[in-house]
Amino acid sequence: MLDNNQLLRFTTAGSVDDGKSTLIGRLLYDSKSIFEDQLEAIESTSKKKGHEGVDLALFTDGLRDEREQGITIDVAYRYFTTPKRKFIIADTPGHIQYTRNMVTGASTANVAIILVDARHGVIEQTKRHAFIASLLQIPHIIVCINKMDLVDFSEEAYNNIVSQFESISSKMLVKDVRFIPISALLGDNVVNRSEHMSWYQGAPLLHTLETMHISSDVNKVDARFPVQSVLRPQSEDFRDYRGYAGRVASGIFRKGDEVTVMPSGFTSKIKSIDTFEGEVNEAYAPMSVSITLEDDIDISRGDMIVRSNNKPEASQDIEVMLCWLNNNPAKPRAKYTIKHTSNDQKAMIKEVVYKIDINTLERNSEDKDLKMNDISKVKIRTTKPLMIDSYRENRTTGSIILVDDTTNETVAAGMVV
Amino acid sequence: MSKYYLNYLDELESEAIFVLREVWAQFENPVILFSGGKDSIVVTHLARKAFYPSKIPFSLMHVDTGHNFPETIQFRDNLIKELGANLIVGSVQESIDQGRVAEEKGKNATRNALQITTLLDAIEANKIDCAIGGGRRDEEKARAKERFFSHRDDFGQWDPKNQRPELWNIFNGKHFEGEHFRAFPISNWTEMDVWNYIKRENISIPSLYFAHEREVVWRSNSWIPKSEFLILDEGEEVVTKKIRFRTLGDITITGGIESDADTVEKIATEVAAMRQTERGNRSDDKRSESAMEDRKREGYF
Repeated sequence: MLDNNQLLRFTTAGSVDDGKSTLIGRLLYDSKSIFEDQLEAIESTSKKKGHEGVDLALFTDGLRDEREQGITIDVAYRYFTTPKRKFIIADTPGHIQYTRNMVTGASTANVAIILVDARHGVIEQTKRHAFIASLLQIPHIIVCINKMDLVDFSEEAYNNIVSQFESISSKMLVKDVRFIPISALLGDNVVNRSEHMSWYQGAPLLHTLETMHISSDVNKVDARFPVQSVLRPQSEDFRDYRGYAGRVASGIFRKGDEVTVMPSGFTSKIKSIDTFEGEVNEAYAPMSVSITLEDDIDISRGDMIVRSNNKPEASQDIEVMLCWLNNNPAKPRAKYTIKHTSNDQKAMIKEVVYKIDINTLERNSEDKDLKMNDISKVKIRTTKPLMIDSYRENRTTGSIILVDDTTNETVAAGMVV
Repeated sequence: MSKYYLNYLDELESEAIFVLREVWAQFENPVILFSGGKDSIVVTHLARKAFYPSKIPFSLMHVDTGHNFPETIQFRDNLIKELGANLIVGSVQESIDQGRVAEEKGKNATRNALQITTLLDAIEANKIDCAIGGGRRDEEKARAKERFFSHRDDFGQWDPKNQRPELWNIFNGKHFEGEHFRAFPISNWTEMDVWNYIKRENISIPSLYFAHEREVVWRSNSWIPKSEFLILDEGEEVVTKKIRFRTLGDITITGGIESDADTVEKIATEVAAMRQTERGNRSDDKRSESAMEDRKREGYF
């Protein structure tokens, strides 16, 4: 593997019926990421279950309950590497009752793979998956039109589905959509080019994943540095050292930059950007570094260092698209802990503006209850200002979670509008 | 292509450092679970980087089964000295002597499962609210479902069906008295990533990972080292082989593979060509299809 190879994270939403597990199994198998002992285990299970040949879907089996029920419940992460890239798959269940798991898997993905059964075309579930991908602002969507073998590899069937999908995605905020006709079962256009669809001029799935341009997905304009902790070594050599440890959320910081610390508003200049290996001249997302400033100012966890000429909004009133993740519905006027970058504050849901029916994508302003898997636009009031950007501009400084203080559970995830 | 992106290894490193800093910020008394194996060594190395120029702010905790490779213990002690870190040892022998656990019987007896009690006792006795581990999601199917911040109830148990959702890089470590967390900074690394990183960073690892001559017995498809704890079965024969270990656990359950790889470069090349998973040589995982899940539910590493 080359030293400059990148990491690409993608999510696949779907159920067993879509061939999602078969697709993942096929990617792992054809890219030779499956080990012999795993293959032997799968072969013996396939035999036990009376399948013909090896059932590739079994590679994605997880916990005991999932194996017994033959379903995916939770997000599972899988890994494979090719000579061009390292891949992380967030494998998520596709049914409506698992919307929260899809949202979770989508939150860190560069690419969403949406599976469409060539026989059925775009269905409610497809719409839902596309909506979640756009809500979570996954930069690239690959629509895999699967089971092409069952529609005689027909170009017309493919074209129909492409236009069906385009008619729904045109109403959503998605930047880059591509279509690939595949048969996960037979391997057509997954790793190897299909011999049955000469009419398809594009690349197979793996080649697409290996070569798509992802380095400009990160916001390089708005320099944001949430402070995680303050490093004050108790040693002779570093007696006066005061470093602010964190990971660059977006943008680029350079030595000598004029910076403002929020929310206090104090200004200073970057004196050094330090790593274990020594000083660096610049730091960009997602580098973990420690920053020192020219002036002694009071900075602690939860503060944000930004470039003085480009600041986020500091606000106690924020509007977010909120996905409810917990079995217990939201309690009216209840207080929650809101977590935003390294900042924790108390917050209250002041108003539910509308709820989205994720099958029809229609807004409902009547039903104001927030139950598990609901996606709504809400107004939140926090006790102290948060330094926010819109989620569309910045996936790190535009995202929040809510924690229920009575259970400590993570109950909701939100994207700043 | 712009130069403002990280390669995969730098991105994994940065993610792990971010997680370690979150642990430090969110917990009162976190420790690193240190087994002397390559994964916990890499986590310790990352912790050193995360807090530089400060000293590593975590104690290292070792659950000592008494069935160690002597090389591992020596490596551990040297590293502790070098870091100037504090070492906490939880002893399985003591748990047995106190009657907290009973030794397994028979030829395949190990102390692997007994560690759970010792580990949870040590966590409680030392008021530890977060134990950082070197677990990776690629290791095993139950681990594939792990969070970076993984909640344990006041019995130390993991409830895989009721885990907190983990979105973006916002980690929720809030917990009640008596509960604790496990944190896995290298969740997203594979075995190959770990070796490439060890190679790149020039991290020292125990000599056991390198090919060496050793007296071994062929059992369950791997070379089990001869030790004072090994009970020979009829027909089993001790032979001398050039082997190395791919993972390090107890001397009683860790099988070696035949190899000539005596440098990190050679090991990395060998691992890249391997057709067996790394835990295939660990008899603790072979007991049943859900052996790892069952142990993890009870509080295993």
